[in-house]
Amino acid sequence: MAHLPVGVEARVTSVNGSSAVARRLMEMGVVPGAPVRVIKTAPLGDPLEIRVRGYHLALRRTEAQTITVTAVTDGE
Amino acid sequence: MSTTLESPSLTDHQPARASSPPPPPHKSTGRALTIALAGNPNAGKTTLFNKLTGLRQKVANYPGVTVERKEGAWSLAPGAAVPARLIDLPGLYSLDAASIDEQIARDVLKGRIAGLPAPDLILVVVDATNLERNLYLAAQLLEYGRPLVIALTMIDLAERRGIEIDVERLAGALGVPVVPVVAAQRRGIDALSDAILKTVDNMGPGIGWRLSEAAEGEVRLLSAANAEAMTERHAALCDLYGEDLPADAKRREAVKLARARLSETDENWWQEPLLARYDWIERIVAQCVRPPGEQQRRATTTERIDRILTHKVFGPLVLIAVMLLVFQTIFSWAALPMDLIDKVFGTLGATLRAAMPPGLLTDLLVDGIIAGVGGVLVFLPQILLLFFFITILEDTGYMARAAFLMDRLMRGVGLHGKAFMPLLSSFACAIPGIMATRTIENPKDRFATIMIAPFMSCSARLPVYALLIAAFFSTRKVFGVVSVGALMIVAMYLLGITVAVCVAWILKHTILKAPAPPLVLELPPYRVPNLLTVTQTIWSRAWLFVRRAGTVILAISIILWALVTFPRTTSTPDNGSAAAATAAAATGMPQQSGAGQDGRTASAADQEGRGQDDETGEQIRNSFAGRAGRFIEPAIAPLGFDWKMGIGLISSFAARETLVSTFSIVYNVGPDENEGSPSLIDAVRDARRPDGTPAWTPLVAVSMMVFFVLACQCMSTVAVVRRETNSWRWPLFMVGYMLALAYIASLITFQGGRLLGFS
Repeated sequence: MAHLPVGVEARVTSVNGSSAVARRLMEMGVVPGAPVRVIKTAPLGDPLEIRVRGYHLALRRTEAQTITVTAVTDGE
Repeated sequence: MSTTLESPSLTDHQPARASSPPPPPHKSTGRALTIALAGNPNAGKTTLFNKLTGLRQKVANYPGVTVERKEGAWSLAPGAAVPARLIDLPGLYSLDAASIDEQIARDVLKGRIAGLPAPDLILVVVDATNLERNLYLAAQLLEYGRPLVIALTMIDLAERRGIEIDVERLAGALGVPVVPVVAAQRRGIDALSDAILKTVDNMGPGIGWRLSEAAEGEVRLLSAANAEAMTERHAALCDLYGEDLPADAKRREAVKLARARLSETDENWWQEPLLARYDWIERIVAQCVRPPGEQQRRATTTERIDRILTHKVFGPLVLIAVMLLVFQTIFSWAALPMDLIDKVFGTLGATLRAAMPPGLLTDLLVDGIIAGVGGVLVFLPQILLLFFFITILEDTGYMARAAFLMDRLMRGVGLHGKAFMPLLSSFACAIPGIMATRTIENPKDRFATIMIAPFMSCSARLPVYALLIAAFFSTRKVFGVVSVGALMIVAMYLLGITVAVCVAWILKHTILKAPAPPLVLELPPYRVPNLLTVTQTIWSRAWLFVRRAGTVILAISIILWALVTFPRTTSTPDNGSAAAATAAAATGMPQQSGAGQDGRTASAADQEGRGQDDETGEQIRNSFAGRAGRFIEPAIAPLGFDWKMGIGLISSFAARETLVSTFSIVYNVGPDENEGSPSLIDAVRDARRPDGTPAWTPLVAVSMMVFFVLACQCMSTVAVVRRETNSWRWPLFMVGYMLALAYIASLITFQGGRLLGFS
């Protein structure tokens, strides 16, 4: 997810990483199957602002790296 | 009783029927209902709580921790005899993660808090614009199997965004009443009390989702001990998937084995309930909610605002502008009410002195109490303004953006973006700032933030800066526009921030070493702050300050006055007639004894000042405070301070702002009707050392301010840190290292300044 370009619609495939962060992310709705999108990056390139389940969430690139996503192409 | 009520539909918007019987006392016991109010942060919980309870609320802390415990009385039905007790739980996203807030919420729900019965009903606030994530907490609360009602907030906002919610269907799918409310307009409040009264004796539907076969098998195994299905199933799920293992040894073994079996086949076994809940929620939402079509989805107002406020270039600029505006306003707007309060206390003191016979009691009232407490209350307008801005920034949602913008920089020193908010609050007062650090989950990050929070120049330092700058700097200008005074204040703030950054870096690389903390932070939609909420927040914070002025500072003022007044000097061998000195001693404060009589014979105006100073000095010199001041004088002389300043330093360790009231006592600025009262500023300027040189120079003033930036002179802060860290080690460490830093920095300032030729 850290490499997902800004504005591309994607879907979460898995959340890995340390269980505390992964648990928090999943509790906040970042679970496999959920559509996500990177809205922007902060002025120094980190953290990221993402949109998930209709709200906005800030996370760092290190956290974003624990989320794997697949881009959803326009046709879908 | 509630079962006999007629049953209006769950989504009833009608006002309560006047004919409905008033049933609040609980059916079985007749006591007041206890209702727990839960919800995500930013879901509108505080607004609803304020609307339901009005001003009938009390704020305290949960035992042993500083999680704010708010509760209030809610009359429920009109004309009800016994109001319900409404307990406001901390704002939560879930009940799982092990932060203090979540622990407290779980304890409240299980009735584990002393003096607080397990709630009869859980009222969950669910934000209609953010249904899926908000329902996650609701799903977890449903698992408790307690009576539960959902208040659906932000329904108007959801409609505007084109989100259509079938409320009745949602209630049916969840198995609990769902009541749409618009708290600000009181819409749905009556329907809410109706739903609560009807639900209070109905146990909730419990857990609506199921796990995989393997996991369900383990749950069955763990709950087999007891036949009572639902609570047992919940207990089994909590033990199996909770962070903490059960205390009971036999049970712990069983849980460990079950976890081991599950992890054999699936390393992400612990994710199962999380996924099951969201899966369940998604299915329900799909049935009951029609999302806006892709074409319909326009950028929300929040997104449009954020195009500027979190913009790569404009974002930081706006942040700097906001901070400048806040501080500029605090200094300029507050000036007028501050003068007013100052005048009121001055007049009060003068009137009292004129009306009462001269003597110890008058001196105590005027020099001790009025001068001491008044000197601190003067800063109330500045503190109110600062709290006003911080509350507004928090309630609009801008604080989260500030954390977003600052996170990269904060991480540079090993801190969390979330530390920005507590640190910014610490500019008002370190106490709310330190209390606000509890949003930081990791204890090491939290302690590092707590340790540096007192470096932020709090409002209690302002009196000190204000006094010294007014005495030595304010008239000078740089480039004809910016006053040296303003620059000095900015310099002091920057000094505090710089030292804080260095200390944070050192702490995070030594005793609090830990990997960079994760940041998962919601950027809530911008909201117009609710006036009632803002007022209540400011009021409770301001009241805390006033109470401090009325208790701690009042006590210190009296003690200090006594320490300066006693033991009383009966003879002064080195100065003038013994009679004058005795008269001086008789009134406690020599100034009122016609001070300077003997000095006047020595002609020069400067001499007059010195003569008066000598007599005042003699009393104070020999007083308890004077002895203490002289005792530490050798230690503080290298910083440029004399023993009178020493008295100020000692007393200010209780609270910084007492320095000002101490100086008004030590420099004896009692209003003198005959000659017009010399202000404290003049007294400080005119203070002399025994050799006749001025006690204060601009360099001494700077050295003193540097000391105040860095030293931890605040009993309340120490007490809060003790409570937050639950040990004496951290607060003592904090006082120690900050004192050492303050001493060294002051020493460098004074000695370095002298070497460079400043005076």
